Amino acid sequence: MGRLSMSAVPMDQPLVMGAVGMMVIGGLVVIAGLTYFRLWGWLWFEWMTSIDHKKIGVMYVLLALVMLLRGFSDAIMMRAQQALASTGGAGYLPPEHYDQVFTAHGVIMIFFMAMPFIVGLMNFGVPLQIGARDVAFPYLNNFGFWLTASGALLVNLSLGVGNFARTGWLAYPPLSELPFSPDVGVDYYIWALQIAGLGTLLTGVNIIATILKMRTPGMTLMRMPVFTWTALCANILIVAAFPILTATLALLALDRYFGMHFFSNDAGGSPMMYVSLIWTWGHPEVYILVLPCFGVFSEVIATYSGKPLFGYKSMVYATISITVLSFLVWLHHFFTMGSGADVNAFFGISTMIIAIPTGVKIFNWLFTMYRGRVQFTPPVLWTIGFIITFTIGGMSGMLMAVPGADFVLHNSLFLVAHFHNVIIGGVMFGCMAGFNYWFPKVFGFKLDERLGKVSFWCWFVGFYLAFMPLYALGLMGMTRRLEHVDNPVWHVYLVIAAIGAAVIACGIGATILQIAYSIWKRDELRDVTGDPWNARTLEWSVSSPPPLYNYATLPVVHSIDAYWEEKREGLDHRQLPSYTKIHMPHNTGTGVILSGFITLLGFGLIWHIWWLVVLCFIATVATAVAHSFDEHRNYDIPAAEVTATEGKYFKQLAAKV
Amino acid sequence: MDLGTIHDFLVLNPKGPIGADEKDLMILATVLMLIVVLPVFALTLYFAWHYRASNTKATYAPNWSHSGKIEAVCWLVPFVIVGILGTVCWISTQRLDPFRPIASDVKPIEVEVVSLDWKWLFIYPDLKIASVNELAFPVGTPVHFRITSGSVMNAFFIPQLGSQIYTMSAMQTQVNLLASEAGDYTGFSANFSGDGFSDMSFDAKAMSEGDFEGWVKNARASKDSLTLASYRQLAQPSERAPVAYYGDIEPHVFHDVLNQCADGSLCRDDAMRFASLQETYDGRLALCTPAKPRGL
Repeated sequence: MGRLSMSAVPMDQPLVMGAVGMMVIGGLVVIAGLTYFRLWGWLWFEWMTSIDHKKIGVMYVLLALVMLLRGFSDAIMMRAQQALASTGGAGYLPPEHYDQVFTAHGVIMIFFMAMPFIVGLMNFGVPLQIGARDVAFPYLNNFGFWLTASGALLVNLSLGVGNFARTGWLAYPPLSELPFSPDVGVDYYIWALQIAGLGTLLTGVNIIATILKMRTPGMTLMRMPVFTWTALCANILIVAAFPILTATLALLALDRYFGMHFFSNDAGGSPMMYVSLIWTWGHPEVYILVLPCFGVFSEVIATYSGKPLFGYKSMVYATISITVLSFLVWLHHFFTMGSGADVNAFFGISTMIIAIPTGVKIFNWLFTMYRGRVQFTPPVLWTIGFIITFTIGGMSGMLMAVPGADFVLHNSLFLVAHFHNVIIGGVMFGCMAGFNYWFPKVFGFKLDERLGKVSFWCWFVGFYLAFMPLYALGLMGMTRRLEHVDNPVWHVYLVIAAIGAAVIACGIGATILQIAYSIWKRDELRDVTGDPWNARTLEWSVSSPPPLYNYATLPVVHSIDAYWEEKREGLDHRQLPSYTKIHMPHNTGTGVILSGFITLLGFGLIWHIWWLVVLCFIATVATAVAHSFDEHRNYDIPAAEVTATEGKYFKQLAAKV
Repeated sequence: MDLGTIHDFLVLNPKGPIGADEKDLMILATVLMLIVVLPVFALTLYFAWHYRASNTKATYAPNWSHSGKIEAVCWLVPFVIVGILGTVCWISTQRLDPFRPIASDVKPIEVEVVSLDWKWLFIYPDLKIASVNELAFPVGTPVHFRITSGSVMNAFFIPQLGSQIYTMSAMQTQVNLLASEAGDYTGFSANFSGDGFSDMSFDAKAMSEGDFEGWVKNARASKDSLTLASYRQLAQPSERAPVAYYGDIEPHVFHDVLNQCADGSLCRDDAMRFASLQETYDGRLALCTPAKPRGL
């Protein structure tokens, strides 16, 4: 069994075993429920094997929400540890555990919370927005999701079997090299990210192909909704940047598995090269996350202001500028590595230049509200909260883009506050805005507004309570990743930050409550029209939830805000006397099966169980080859069924009016 | 509730010219940005409130989505601010380059720094002493640090004096700092380096000339000597290592750590020289350098 033995299960650590126990019990409850209600078939045929982009989007967001709980537990543990261990005490987490917690927090929140959330929103929204019936490669889409889930599974497995990396979320060598991290932690890190990263890359290719090749007639690039534009740019970044991550981690794996010396201290290895490479991926990565959120805010602010987005072209060009510039700034993550003044200044200035298109976007959102009729729904609250919060985060970022300032702020809690300021304020707020905005389209009923607002205010206030003290602590000279300190003044700030985290916990609780309450009251919150917000883009022109085939007939687009235009000209919702059959892809279980083998393959690599590696590798290739012989991948939805489905929707519409 | 005073904000309370320059730079950049950011905040709140759906008295222009003038301003304002900040960035980055010697009439003192798991070794090559987890230097004298790591990556940082810099094995970074006021300043590693990282701090003591002489004398009195053997012993991972002094040093310890031959193996620089050794036409072994590509 390679390095694996019973001692890999940390039976002596009650905290870990408690968490593992909770997860096992939770899993058993789910399994029992599925069995009792006889839902296994439904789960397999309707969801796991589904190639419907809408369902895959839902699964991505569900994965993100589950991993949010996991990543947030890590956050609470860190805040509690620093609050308890800041007056000379030891706290409750020893370094070898605390170091795993902050590493897991970063990895989970970026790779398994933010990424799936964003990819989920894009998966759901993009094909509908461009009038397509599915993505370009539906089977690949399903496979990509299961690869991401496989990575998430490995990260969670490390909690109970072995341990996770203790290196920080980017696993800088030489600390992540064998001499300094001999256990399985970094191997879990490498293989979880390699597998999930492959899934992300496949999704990137898929969404680009979908946007470029599958737009409905009349939808030129400059008529695409801004969310689709940001999705296009984000996926171009994915395709350009993720191979760098894969290559970098592969080189690290070669060091660890074959004794090579790419990044080692000795034999001419260069850890600096790893730092440079990982940030060549890492900086575009933050724009991969935030660009689609900019898109969400653009949709939200236009819809709820009852006006078109101000300066559509500016918005598009700003998005493209950010896409290009995001590849020219990575060195600002290591100004303190001793590059010369010219190099540092170049990257400082290139970083600042990104503030120009970003500033333009902020102004455009402002002027979209100008002379509008702004409804303060939860998505709008998240958007206004974002404008304020993200601007503050942008300001601290600009400050650190000046190398002279970065020299005293780098790696401090000021930096930690900065990137949470932009990632929570930008990405998390954007995800929540999109979640509230598109929820009725996905499920056919709206989310309760009051609880949505409670969630927003808890997050908003909690964010400031949790992170403003961290800015102050950074200026006081507190560096990041400290397991304990002894400073009564810092203690006060750390306690406030811990309280802030507790307030955010209430926000997460409110969201869970909001979902549960809305499911309970779904009949009252039902959206029968398919257009609950009087919105502007095509996805609102079909029923909620949309039929499997999205569009019975492909819409023809004449302008930006195509659906708004249809409504204005009275051309929306025209029922045809009859419909034709629609060609759609079959569901397939291959993605799930392949990912299952790949998960085991990763597990084998982590624990050096070579027979399992060989076996799973053969099984993976065999399954993929076997699938390639499947010639019956598509089927026709009969015209009668389409007519019936559409008829039902129009009846529903007529009853409403 | 003790929220501390300005003295607790080490970065805003510098005790040397580099730190002071960096603090002023931060304040300048912040003020420049606030010129745009504050109006944006005001506009956001005003627009959101004034154009709320319930305020039917406000103008409603449901199709208005473009204005060349406003968009020109939207691009121009960030452009101008970034232009100014970029200029500030270029000039200050040249001035604050950590490798750049500090202009002073006083001859700088040389200190070689080695970060270890999880402690700091300071070697004074000219004074032939060394210390662990305690750094001392005379006030008003520029200190030229040459820095490397005997283990993983760390960052050498004394917030009140200014710039931090990474410490990396087989690499030498440099930083020039100066204390203009006597005092004990906190120094620590600002880059996570493993389990003992939290206690990887040291005292940076800026002393009067006389006090510093006393400190040196005290260090010299130590019977311990920094040799490759004692270095290897020190390099063993340990947490909360006590302050220690070496009364004498072998001069090549820093060189050997930097060139990864503290364990007695072939030094990197020698290896490179051997690699470039070539037989010259008259049969002598010769050293090939960039200046003399054909050998000595």
